[in-house]
Amino acid sequence: MSNQYEAYDVVVVGAGHAGCEAALACARLGFNTIMFTVSMDNIALMPCNPNIGGTSKGHLVREIDALGGEMGKNIDKTYIQSKMLNQSKGPAVHSLRAQADKMDYSREMRKVVENTENLTLRQDEVIDILTENNQVTGVMVYSGGVYPCKAVILCTGVYLNARCIYGETSHYTGPNGLPSANHLTESLKKLGIEMYRFKTGTPARIDKRSIDFTKMEEQFGDETVVPFSFTNTPEDIEKEQVSCWLTYTNENTHQIIRDNIHRSPLYSGNIKGTGPRYCPSIEDKVVKFPDKERHQVFIEPEGNYTNEMYISGMSSSLPEDVQFKMYRSVSGLENAKIVRNAYAIEYDCINPMQLKSSLEFMSISGLFSGGQFNGSSGYEEAAAQGLMAGINAARKLSGKEPIVLDRSQAYIGVLIDDLVTKETHEPYRMMTSRAEYRLILRQDNADLRLTKIGHEIGLISEERYEHLIEKERMIKEEMIRLENSLIGASKEVQEILESLGTTSLKTGTTLAELVRRPELTYALLEPLDKNRKPLSDEVITQVEINFKYDGYIKRQEHQVEQFKKLEGKKIPEEIDYSDVPSLRIEAKQKLNQIRPSSVGQASRISGVSPADISVLLVYLEQLRRSK
Amino acid sequence: MKTDTIAAIATGLSNAGISIVRISGDQAFAVIDKVFQIKSKAKRLSEMESHTVHYGYIVDGEELIDEVMVVIMRAPRSYTMEDSIEIDCHGGITVTKKVLETVLKAGARIAEPGEFTKRAFLNGRIDLSQAEAVIDVIHANNELALKNSMKQLKGNVLHKVKEVRQSILLDTAYIEAALDDPEHISLEGFSDKLRENVMGSIKELSNLIDTSENGRLIKEGIRTVILGRPNAGKSSLLNLMVGEERAIVTDIAGTTRDTIEESIFLNGLCLNLIDTAGIRETSDLVEKLGVEKSLKSAKEADLIIYVIDASTPLNQDDDEILEFIKDRKAIVLLNKTDLESVIEEKDVNLLSTKPILKISALNQTGIKELEKTITEMFFEGNISFNDEIYITNVRHKNALVEARVSLEQVIVSIENEMPEDFFSIDLMNAYEVLGTIIGEAVDEDLVNTIFKEFCMGK
Repeated sequence: MSNQYEAYDVVVVGAGHAGCEAALACARLGFNTIMFTVSMDNIALMPCNPNIGGTSKGHLVREIDALGGEMGKNIDKTYIQSKMLNQSKGPAVHSLRAQADKMDYSREMRKVVENTENLTLRQDEVIDILTENNQVTGVMVYSGGVYPCKAVILCTGVYLNARCIYGETSHYTGPNGLPSANHLTESLKKLGIEMYRFKTGTPARIDKRSIDFTKMEEQFGDETVVPFSFTNTPEDIEKEQVSCWLTYTNENTHQIIRDNIHRSPLYSGNIKGTGPRYCPSIEDKVVKFPDKERHQVFIEPEGNYTNEMYISGMSSSLPEDVQFKMYRSVSGLENAKIVRNAYAIEYDCINPMQLKSSLEFMSISGLFSGGQFNGSSGYEEAAAQGLMAGINAARKLSGKEPIVLDRSQAYIGVLIDDLVTKETHEPYRMMTSRAEYRLILRQDNADLRLTKIGHEIGLISEERYEHLIEKERMIKEEMIRLENSLIGASKEVQEILESLGTTSLKTGTTLAELVRRPELTYALLEPLDKNRKPLSDEVITQVEINFKYDGYIKRQEHQVEQFKKLEGKKIPEEIDYSDVPSLRIEAKQKLNQIRPSSVGQASRISGVSPADISVLLVYLEQLRRSK
Repeated sequence: MKTDTIAAIATGLSNAGISIVRISGDQAFAVIDKVFQIKSKAKRLSEMESHTVHYGYIVDGEELIDEVMVVIMRAPRSYTMEDSIEIDCHGGITVTKKVLETVLKAGARIAEPGEFTKRAFLNGRIDLSQAEAVIDVIHANNELALKNSMKQLKGNVLHKVKEVRQSILLDTAYIEAALDDPEHISLEGFSDKLRENVMGSIKELSNLIDTSENGRLIKEGIRTVILGRPNAGKSSLLNLMVGEERAIVTDIAGTTRDTIEESIFLNGLCLNLIDTAGIRETSDLVEKLGVEKSLKSAKEADLIIYVIDASTPLNQDDDEILEFIKDRKAIVLLNKTDLESVIEEKDVNLLSTKPILKISALNQTGIKELEKTITEMFFEGNISFNDEIYITNVRHKNALVEARVSLEQVIVSIENEMPEDFFSIDLMNAYEVLGTIIGEAVDEDLVNTIFKEFCMGK
């Protein structure tokens, strides 16, 4: 007889980056929430790289923040170096990345979750999901105790049947020797859920005192730091930054790897899981790109109060003795003392095509999931899904329609749409090239795109909402003002233009036209702009981008319009594609499996042709009219 | 740029007097205003009343394409319930095609097979009871179009398109890899290299577009199969019509063991001439295969030219061929009239109702009459053929032009010193559009290429 404990609205399984966002969203939206973790001391743990953001991932964090999530605020509190990547490129690919003090990051997030109303924390392993008539009713923990609930959000990360491997050595644990969760997979399989086995890996950590930094190039942070959170200003978070270091592998390193490649579990067949192409181990790089003479290695601090350094670019699952030789062959690491070994980790996750776009399982009402459990990789991807799963679980309990961001609204939309629509056979990583409307999905306008939605959901305060509306108004007014500011071809004007290194005027023009010139900026035009009022940098940035990339942005907006037409055609949940005449068999199977929510989503399924979409449109119209 | 305004040739593509080009969608009037010139030049069609007919010209800039009647119908009072235009063209296939191309250039896109009917249904014009029929139309037409699209594409065209696409993909992958991993991959100086590559691709596409102007992107034309007993003079006839020694001619029966294909233009018609192995009872395995192939070609033919050696008597093989062509479009040729004839027209007349002509491939007599007969049969509508082929060509050409426009935009962006990430948008658009020619989607090509070609990641 199992004990029955108090009931919760929502149970969140796992307290990593996905779990924390999910639990915070539910609790903040007023639902009585409990979050389970195998280790209270490792909330929002960063078991791999010590940074948040990066190309396209930085976009995700800004979006999480714009919707009312926590990740952006937490990294702003705990960063130790910050950089805006791709600054020489277009604004769409500017990406924020910050080095985090890992321990600080975890501690600060713990502080937040521990002090959120409606949120209970519990160290325990969930071993069973309880259902009745395909509806979640509760979870069972290791002791046999039962917590009844209305919704469950699975954010188990890499902990299900986890195994860490280097060489011939295996540990049946999660990362950092934390306990793995070895029962839940069976429960999920019993519920008919299809499981995958993926793998990922991490490099060694090396004692700072054993590194010769004089042989390396120092990498500094940016002088002016852009915060991840739209609630912070650069001044709010200004601080002394630490450096990272750059060194390289060499032919000797590669030879050591080649000589021992037969002992790598990846090549000996000891690892069965599929790894991400984006995070190849150093042995993978050497084997797949034999012509490359050297590979970059970044040495990154794990925090301000530790000597551990993360050896970015050299993740590995080679045996321990080879690791010593390999790392010590790198310039500056000759005397390296390894604190933690590099290892690969295998874990159970799901085929995410079993999920709806709301991140609820198609087959079980009230069961949601997010993060690496859904076949993604990365802290940011995890947090983004956790947030959306949390929001949608809460909305389900309120009897509201789920929030599904589409591909033209957010990277989060691209991420989730890809996961639930396209077959993935490796941990999915966000990339800017996956976002077809990326000119519109910039990191600088995430608030303009999403904060209103966040407000409607209930995660954005009235004050923050008002601030946004005000910002929108100022952008619009300033654009109108520049459009209407006529500049005559007077001698004074020509002289100023000449001093700015730009061509002189033949006839009169407007300030807006001048801002459009590639060599000019809003700031440079100040001498010509007599009526300028002081505006914040974030307003000026928007005005500038809107003018400078006008033509390109309009073209993307036109594409988005076309895209929205099919996206807006919703497909009833109960449709049986076997009934649709003339659909090709492959299309019927794929549609029945993925069950897209809109014709637009259907059109992105590989194996569904444009003709199938036409047939589907006619069939849907037929259904509609015969009602 | 993708648009929702569609155009197509609504009538069958024969040389019958009038054919109709139809336009439908919210930009229909904008499109017609760009290409239609009213004689008086007084007003634009967008200012005219619905359901009126107008006389004037279709023009492409300065160039006059055709003298036409245009019917305008405003939404919802049209077949598709959208703004619709019908252009009655008078100039035959080539001109109708040209009118369609002009309309496409003005901003319409070519309709998918069955798309007008689909829209009519989706917009509520067609009754619910006909939904299944609508689906069947879409389905059947698409199967046909797909089959044609690839099959008709000439080998070298396929190769060229693939080459250009590959070059675009590699360059885009390089840019994207660098954007994704700026600390590992630099774009320093890449613009110059890209510019060179893109200029090269533009040149390739321009060549293909020129080719398409002559209608030679695809193997289009009237499939004309030359059939007959061995050594009746089929290959000699082909050579004569093509005007060069294309097929090997010997006096050994059964020389042509495979089919040989050549295109010729005849009074504005395109003929795909197909020479075949001679038809006879044979025990030679290779020759037998040849015979089977001949009959298969003949079954798919739009026109059969049956060559009889008039210097030898008819036999059982001839009876079989005559039976075979009975219900097909065919012309009977009595060849070798330079020799002493043992067969006369009346002998064949008893067995067949097809036109019969006397020729001598050796002395080159009777060829003019043959060409005249073929042309007449076509213009009288006795020969029809699969007109989807013509449309396929227009479709391909349109895609080539769109791809070129995108690549030219890349050059503009490079010249304006735009950041590299802007190049990708137009590069990938060109890649996608070119894919429609060879039936390939974009899918994960870019991401896969990035990982395959570049060593990425932390």
